[in-house]
Amino acid sequence: MKSNRREFLKLAAVSAMGIGAARLGFLGDAPAFAEGVPTVANFEEGLKAKHWGMAIHTAKMTPDMIAKCRKACHTEHNVPDIAGPKEIKWFWGANYEETFPTEHGHYLSEEVEHRQFPLLCNQCEAPMCVKVCPTQATFQRPDGIVMMDFHRCIGCRYCMAGCPFGARSFNFQDPRPFIKSFNPHFPTRMRGVVEKCNFCAERLAVGKLPVCVEAAEGALVFGDLSDEQSDIRKALREHFAIRRKPDAGTSPSVYYIL
Amino acid sequence: MYNAKYIIPGIIFFLALAFVPVVYNMGHQFEVTPELPKDQKDCVLPTQEMRDKHMQLLNEWRNEAVRDGNRIFVNAKGQKYVKSLTNTCMSCHPDKAKFCDRCHNTVGVAPYCWDCHNLTPDQKSPIPPVAQAAAGGH
Repeated sequence: MKSNRREFLKLAAVSAMGIGAARLGFLGDAPAFAEGVPTVANFEEGLKAKHWGMAIHTAKMTPDMIAKCRKACHTEHNVPDIAGPKEIKWFWGANYEETFPTEHGHYLSEEVEHRQFPLLCNQCEAPMCVKVCPTQATFQRPDGIVMMDFHRCIGCRYCMAGCPFGARSFNFQDPRPFIKSFNPHFPTRMRGVVEKCNFCAERLAVGKLPVCVEAAEGALVFGDLSDEQSDIRKALREHFAIRRKPDAGTSPSVYYIL
Repeated sequence: MYNAKYIIPGIIFFLALAFVPVVYNMGHQFEVTPELPKDQKDCVLPTQEMRDKHMQLLNEWRNEAVRDGNRIFVNAKGQKYVKSLTNTCMSCHPDKAKFCDRCHNTVGVAPYCWDCHNLTPDQKSPIPPVAQAAAGGH
C-alpha cells in the first residue's frame, strides 16, 4: 500500500510537470496565425464611411451559418468560450420572440417563427451605452461605430444595464484560460471589463470587411448607410427590413430583412 | 539643554540610520541594460527619448489608435510605423523578460499592459493567468 502511494505521487508529479511544460507553448516563436502582421501600407488602405451599417438576409442565416459567423468572430477577437450565465458573446443567435419582442406577432408565419436570427451589437445612432458610460470608455466614432476603449473601462456595467439589446458581456473572471482559438494580433481582455462587438473596427482600418460578413457568404451586407449607391442601401431599397426594438429610441444600424 | 547626553546621541543615531541607503549606494552607478535587438539600428524614436518617454508615447499611441482611429505614427525622420504595442514594439523586442521586465523589475513598476496585450505577434496561446500579486495587484 505504501509503495503504491509513492508510485502514484511520482506519476502525479510527472504529469503535473508535463502540463506545466505544455502551458509554456506560447514561448515558441513559430507563426501561429496564417496572416502576417498588418503593415503601414495596409493601414493606409483603410475603409472609410459616414455611417457604417449592416443588413441581414435572415432567411439565409441558418443556424449553421450563425454558428460559422460566431466562430469566425470569436476567433478573430479572442472571445472566451464560457458556458452559462458568465457567457461572453459578440455574435450569437436567438429566436423571433427574443429578437423582436416589441413586434407582438400573434399569428406568425411558421417559417419566420422558428427562424434563428443572428444578433450582435446594433451600433446604434443614439447609443444608450455611450450616454451612461462614466469614463467615456464606450464612445461613438464619427463613422457611427460604437467603440470600446478597454483601457478606460472600470467595469461598472452601467452600459450593460443601459443596452436594450443585451449586446454586452462582462468578464467576471480572467478570460484567457477560456480562449479556445487564439489570434495573437488582437488583444484579449482582463477581468472586470465589459466587451462587445466593435464592427471589426480593426479590420476596417486595414481595408477588410468584418469577419462575420466574410464568413456569411453574402447573407450579411455591410456598407455605408449614408451612401445611396452602396450595396447595403440597395439591399434595403429592394427588401423590407425591420430593426430591433425601435421604440427604445436608439436607432440601430443593423437591419433585419425578413 | 536638558538630557543632552541622551538627545544628541539619539539624533546622531537617527541621522546615521536615515542616511544608510545613501552611503550604501555611494559610488555605485545605477545602470540597467535591457537586451536590444541585434538586427535593428533605429527604434521609432532615438534611444534616449525612448528610455525617457516610452510610457508617454505608448499612452499617446493607444489614445490616437483607439479613440481617433489614427493608427500610423510618423517620426521626425518621416519613417512610418503602425501604432501597436504587440505588432510593432514586440516584433523587434520579442523577449519581454529581457527587455521590458529588466528595467521595470529593477525600478519596481508593474505596468498592466500584459493583462490584455499579447507578448509577441507570433504567440501561440494566451499568456497563462498570473497570480494577482505577481501582476501588480491588478
